[in-house]
Amino acid sequence: MSKIHVTTSVNGDAVEFLCDPRETLLDVLRDRLGLTGAKEGCGTGDCGACSVTLDGRVVCSCLVLGAEVEGHEIGTVEGIATGEELHPLQRKFIEHAALQCGVCTPGILVATKALLEKNPDPTETEVRYWLAGNLCRCTGYDKIIRAVMDTAAELREAS
Amino acid sequence: MSLDDVKTSDFKYVGTSPDRPDGLDKVTGRAKFGADAYAPGMLHGAIVRSPHAHAKIISIDTSKAEALDGVKAIVTRADFATGLTGSNWNVLENIMASGTALYDGHAIAAVAATSPLIARDAVKLVEVTYEILPHVTDVDKAMADDAPIIRAGAADKSVPEGLHPNVVRYHESGHGDVDAGFAEADLVIEDHFRTEATHQGYIEPHACLGTLGGDGKGEMWCCTQGHWNVQKLCSALLGLEASQLRVTASEIGGGFGGKTVVFIEPVALALSRKANRPVKIVMSRSEVLRASGPTSSTSMDVKIGMKKDGTITAAKGVFRLQGGAFPSAPMEFTAMCAFAPYNLKNVKQIGYDVMANRPKQAAYRAPGSPMGAFAVESVIDELCNKLGLDPIDVRLKNASHEGTKASYGPTFQRIGLVETLEAAKAHPHYTAPLKPGQGRGVSCGFWFNFGGETSVTLALSMDGSAQIVVGTPDIGGSRASMALMAAEELGIPYENIRCTVADTASLGYNEVSHGSRVTYASGLATIKAARAAVKILCARAAAKWKIDPEAVDWVDGCAVPSGPNAGDFEPMPIARICASMGRTGGPISGHYEASPEGAGVSFATHIVDAEVDPETGKTSIVRYTVVQDAGKAIHPAYVEGQYQGGAAQGIGWALNEEYVYGEDGRLQNDVFLDYRIPVASDLPMIDTVIVEVPNPGHPHGVRGVGETSICPPLAAIANAVSAAAGVRLHELPMNPPRILAALEKRG
Repeated sequence: MSKIHVTTSVNGDAVEFLCDPRETLLDVLRDRLGLTGAKEGCGTGDCGACSVTLDGRVVCSCLVLGAEVEGHEIGTVEGIATGEELHPLQRKFIEHAALQCGVCTPGILVATKALLEKNPDPTETEVRYWLAGNLCRCTGYDKIIRAVMDTAAELREAS
Repeated sequence: MSLDDVKTSDFKYVGTSPDRPDGLDKVTGRAKFGADAYAPGMLHGAIVRSPHAHAKIISIDTSKAEALDGVKAIVTRADFATGLTGSNWNVLENIMASGTALYDGHAIAAVAATSPLIARDAVKLVEVTYEILPHVTDVDKAMADDAPIIRAGAADKSVPEGLHPNVVRYHESGHGDVDAGFAEADLVIEDHFRTEATHQGYIEPHACLGTLGGDGKGEMWCCTQGHWNVQKLCSALLGLEASQLRVTASEIGGGFGGKTVVFIEPVALALSRKANRPVKIVMSRSEVLRASGPTSSTSMDVKIGMKKDGTITAAKGVFRLQGGAFPSAPMEFTAMCAFAPYNLKNVKQIGYDVMANRPKQAAYRAPGSPMGAFAVESVIDELCNKLGLDPIDVRLKNASHEGTKASYGPTFQRIGLVETLEAAKAHPHYTAPLKPGQGRGVSCGFWFNFGGETSVTLALSMDGSAQIVVGTPDIGGSRASMALMAAEELGIPYENIRCTVADTASLGYNEVSHGSRVTYASGLATIKAARAAVKILCARAAAKWKIDPEAVDWVDGCAVPSGPNAGDFEPMPIARICASMGRTGGPISGHYEASPEGAGVSFATHIVDAEVDPETGKTSIVRYTVVQDAGKAIHPAYVEGQYQGGAAQGIGWALNEEYVYGEDGRLQNDVFLDYRIPVASDLPMIDTVIVEVPNPGHPHGVRGVGETSICPPLAAIANAVSAAAGVRLHELPMNPPRILAALEKRG
């Protein structure tokens, strides 16, 4: 099967790739672009480990085809920090012990960053429902929720 | 000071919660998990799996698959070692069927191709002809006289005569006279309980990258809880010398017991040997659910007698566990843990290991213990209700303590059950008012904890910093805990220590990261290795000062003259001793190899409030408190994380999660949408209380904490739900249909 040529932007960098029409955006990011931060936990859009942003909106990259991202802007976990300076969410996740194995962490960071950009003062319930599509099996979510709430408070204070 | 002193107080680093060393990599996406490895010339493997629960394999035709462009190798059982026996044979049979498919998802053949898509296409082209056989997936039905026989002759000598051939192992233990004990009771309750199989549910599917040449030398990268075990099993299954296969453990995206064995690793190596190229295999979620891990399903009968004052006079349990199509269900752990929290004069427990047409069960966090606790603690709750007694007071009255002869045999050393019960009773949660429709439940839980083969090396650098080399994959923040214990011993900052999980070529043998053993056993070995290095450091300072090495103390990272020489010389810091190590006797390292046997057992008490909606049967967990003995919490934030994670998994097991098999013996819910683990909006915050009753078997008092946290939740939630619903629930999961049925029965 002939491959499709796609031009797109990932974390602000211009990117070109060839992909099979059946390959997902997650396959392309990991296997063709070497960006393995997004993880495949299910391949059916149920676990959120592959969360990325597509033009600022959070999507499961396992449910998007590589061929669909022509001309769009993609954001992944690799693009959250600025140089050596971590995003406050990344810092707070470490400080609050909000990760154990860390395999769900990239997707949760992508999702919560988008939440805080949309809603800088979420309630605990709002954070819990926003993250209902991101499964974590290690933490019971307690420390994740605390890290997000604490980051939101810090960002509000700074602004 | 004696170097073997046990230190249980005045810690400087132990008991603090610094940032984890793998934190930066894990929040930036750099951490390399199982599926994140790539190699030049790499092929992608995919596995042909049985769609039938039980079927004879008549033929496997690979010709069409082989003809597909890009397919480089196909393997079947013929490509693995022959003549295996015992557990090696069972593992091989589970990862690649020989003559019979034993469960839906059982591997039949595997393909390696130049892309994942081609490999998937090739799998569809492999033509397998089956003769379908009768199947059984339910534990009680598998023991019935008319059940289809999974495999004749699989039973061991422990099984009494007259039982169905699917009963493959039998356990009996206890002490006293239970019949006499029941006769002394004012109230005896006997009840039947069932739990369905659940999956460990790690978010990272099994993944590996293997290379094996015709010279018998191989490399394996995989997500595993124990890479020496991967080395041992893969070399046995492929007929290799163990030392010729080097295994590297990736970062692991959750295991919970399910990554203690092998599934795809030997298959990738077999494909690689045939194709002469590296082969990567990554399981899909459906494969994870159908063909890896789940825990056992159970059918249990528990009978307990109690006096009016709450004294338990006798207890008996019969625990039947289905562990898939192989002898492996951890029924003896269920039996041994079930009554362990209680100081009983008369106790008897019986276990049956039953085979059925399901995947081979794998360990899941305190394997076997949560189910037994569900049955036992439900009956105790019912006795408390009927006799009008406080559930914590009754547990305190009967609690095991130092000197108690445990229900499973040994005499307990210093343990902390009473302390967890007292802390639970004093917690504001226990007396907080409940709203209408809510109920409160309490349960205790027990896990043995474990030691196992352990090797650790601690090497000092020229600048006085230290590297720790361990062989136990880090599944809960153990690298941070090792560095804290070493910092305490060496007297240097936590940040000056780096702990690495070594590959199998870089260190002596290490048992798997399981049994809550890592902070205990690798921690003990890290402390002993650090003490060995400190001994050398002191000797180097003594030589320089020309005094007896015994007259040198190690204080805050410095050699200090003591005794008759006290004050004669300025303290000599570690960095100065290390800077000259080359010319004062050579590199300075400490190492330790042993199988430590002082793992302290662990107890927990959980309190939970549940609210049941009588219209829909849906249960909400509104408040949850975990109280558990950690011995000594090395890194308290990560101990809390273990408590919270175990409670959350228990909530899933109690309310939602289950393996659903159809009449055809196929798994009906093989995706996360249908196998629903708790999501953030399902759970409340989970409060934790860390009790510290030091384990005399560890130099800093550590008890493992990873597993005990999943032992009480099933029963605590069942007791809360039963209180809220006004009717006793006997079967897990307590999903809405089951609760509605119970409410209807109650009337």
